[in-house]
Amino acid sequence: MDDIQKKLASPSKASHEDIVGRIISYSCIAAIIILVISILYFITSRGLATFLTDHVNLWQFLTGKDWNPGSLNAQGKPQVGALPMIVTSFSVTILSALVATPFAIAVALFMTDIAPKSGTKFLQPVIELLVGIPSVVYGFIGLTVVVPVIRNLFGGTGAGILAGTIVLFVMVLPTITSLAVDALRAVPAYFRSASLALGATRFQTIYKVLLRAAMPRLLTAVIFGMARAFGEALAVQMVIGNAVLMPRNLITPTSTLTSQLTTNIGNTIMGTLPNNALWSLALILLLMSLVFNLLVRYIGKRGEIKS
Amino acid sequence: MPAILQTKNVHLSYGSKEALHGINLDFDDHSITALIGPSGCGKSTFLRCLNRMNDLIANTTITGSFQFHGQDLYAPTTNLVELRKQIGMVFQQPNPFPFSVYENVTYGLKLAGHHERKFLDEQVERALKQAAVWDEVKDNLNKSAMSFSGGQQQRICIARLLAVQPDIILLDEPTSALDPISSAQIEETLITLKKDYCIIIVTHNLQQASRIADRTAFMLNGNLVEYDLTSKMFTQPAKQDTSDYLNGKFG
Ligand SMILES: Nc1ncnc2c1ncn2[C@@H]1O[C@H](COP(=O)(O)OP(=O)(O)OP(=O)(O)O)[C@@H](O)[C@H]1O
Ligand SMILES: [Mg+2]
Repeated sequence: MDDIQKKLASPSKASHEDIVGRIISYSCIAAIIILVISILYFITSRGLATFLTDHVNLWQFLTGKDWNPGSLNAQGKPQVGALPMIVTSFSVTILSALVATPFAIAVALFMTDIAPKSGTKFLQPVIELLVGIPSVVYGFIGLTVVVPVIRNLFGGTGAGILAGTIVLFVMVLPTITSLAVDALRAVPAYFRSASLALGATRFQTIYKVLLRAAMPRLLTAVIFGMARAFGEALAVQMVIGNAVLMPRNLITPTSTLTSQLTTNIGNTIMGTLPNNALWSLALILLLMSLVFNLLVRYIGKRGEIKS
Repeated sequence: MPAILQTKNVHLSYGSKEALHGINLDFDDHSITALIGPSGCGKSTFLRCLNRMNDLIANTTITGSFQFHGQDLYAPTTNLVELRKQIGMVFQQPNPFPFSVYENVTYGLKLAGHHERKFLDEQVERALKQAAVWDEVKDNLNKSAMSFSGGQQQRICIARLLAVQPDIILLDEPTSALDPISSAQIEETLITLKKDYCIIIVTHNLQQASRIADRTAFMLNGNLVEYDLTSKMFTQPAKQDTSDYLNGKFG
C-alpha cells in the first residue's frame, strides 16, 4: 500500500523526462532570444553612435554624397554621406530582380506546366547546384569574365552597377526560380482543368489563371530574391569597383552598403567615427531586411489560396 | 430525332492497360443521361473522352467513333477550343477560380473575345439565373467566388459553363462533395436546364439518377452493361448484373 502511494505521489520517469526536455528546449530558446536581442542592441547602439556621439546629422548622412569618414570637409564637418551606397545597393537589387524575374518564372513554368518530367529531372538539380555555389565563386567569375567583357564593350574599368547586376542576376535566379516553382505547384490542378474545359488554350490557362492565382506567392519569391541581392556582400564587392562615388551610369565604379562594410570594417578602430559610420550602414541593412520580411509576411497573408 | 452525340465501339487505354472495352452510347438533346457503375468502371474516363480532356493525359490511346452533330470529334481538323465551348464540363470538386464571381462567369466569354461590358453583364445575369444562384450572389458579384458555400460554388461553376452557351453539359459527380440540400438545389437546376441542353451526368447516387435522369447507362469494368430509360432500368433491369448493382449486392 505504502509503495503504491509513494509511486503515485512522486513524478514518474516519463514526466521527469518531460520536465528535463522542457528545460532543455526553453533554455535553447532563451539563448537564441538573448543572442538576437544582443545583436540588435549592438548594431543599433553602434549604428546610432554616429548620430548621438559624433553628432552627425541623420539627414546629411542619408543624402550626403561625400564619404570620407576619416577626414573633415571645408566646414570642419565629417564627410559621411551614404547616399551613393544606398543608391547603388538599391540599383543592383532592383535591376537584378527585374532581369531575373521573367527568366525565373519562365523556367518555373517550364518545370511545372510545360515539361514537368524532363524539366524537373534536369533543371531541379541544376538549380540546387546554383544555390549551393559559394558567393566568392560567383564573384570570381564576375571579376575574371564579366568585368573584362564590359570593359571591352563599353570602356572604363568594367566594374560598376552593370557588373554587379549581372553577377547578382545569376545568384538570385535560382532563389526566385525555386520559390516560383513552389508557388506554381501550390495552385491546385483543378484550376487548370477548369480553364481548359472552358476552351482555354494551355497558354491562356497559364497567364490568365495560373500566374494570377499564384501572384502573391510569386511576389514573395521576388522579394526573397531581392533580400538576397541586397544582402550579398562578397560577390558584389569583387565586381562593383569599391569607390564610394555616386554612380553616374551603370559602368562607373561605385560601392554598395555591403561591399563598403566588408572592405573597410577591418581598417577602422572601434569607437571612432569611421567605425561608427560603418555600423550605421549595417543598421540600414538591418532595417531593410526587416522591411523585406514584413513585406513577405504582408503579401503572404493576403494571398493565401483558400479552398 | 437523331442523337446529338453518338459514340461507337469506344476503346481507351492508359498506357498498356485498357480501361474501356468498346462502349456504344448515343445521347439525346434536351434530356438527362446518367452514367452509373461501381468505382473504377470507367465512367469518368468515358465522360472525359466526350470533350477530349483525356488528350491531356499522357500515353492514352482512344479508338472508336464520336459523332457530335454528325461530325467526328477526333478529326484532326477539330478545333479543341471550339469543341470545349460546345461540350462543357463540371467537376466533382467545385472549382471556381480564386477571382470574383463576375470574372469567373465571364472567363469563357472573354476567351471568346467578348469584352463589351453591357453584353457581359447580360450574360452574367442570364447564366447565374439559369444556374439558380443569381439571387444568392447578385449583390456580391465582385466578391471572390471562393467565399461562397460549396453548393453555391458548384452552381457558380455551372453558370461559368452556361455563359458560353454549350450544347452539351458533362457533369462528373457534381454533388458528391455537397450536403443534401445543396445537392437537391443542383438537381433542380439540372432539371430546369434540361429543356435547353443535353446533360450527361456521372453519379454514385442511384436515387439521384432515378430522380433526374431520363436514361441511365450502367457500366461495369470498362463495359456498357445496359442502357435504357431510367424508369425501365430501375424497375425491370434486363441484365442480372444491373439488378444486382441496383440492389446493392456490389459496388
Ligand atoms: N490518368 C489515369 N492513368 C492511368 N489509369 C487511369 C487514369 N485514370 C483512370 N485510370 C484507370 O482507369 C479505370 C477507370 O477509371 P475511372 O476514373 O474512369 O473510373 P470511375 O468509374 O470514374 O470511378 P469512380 O466512380 O471512382 O470515379 C480505373 O481502373 C483507373 O485506375
Ligand atoms: Mg470518376
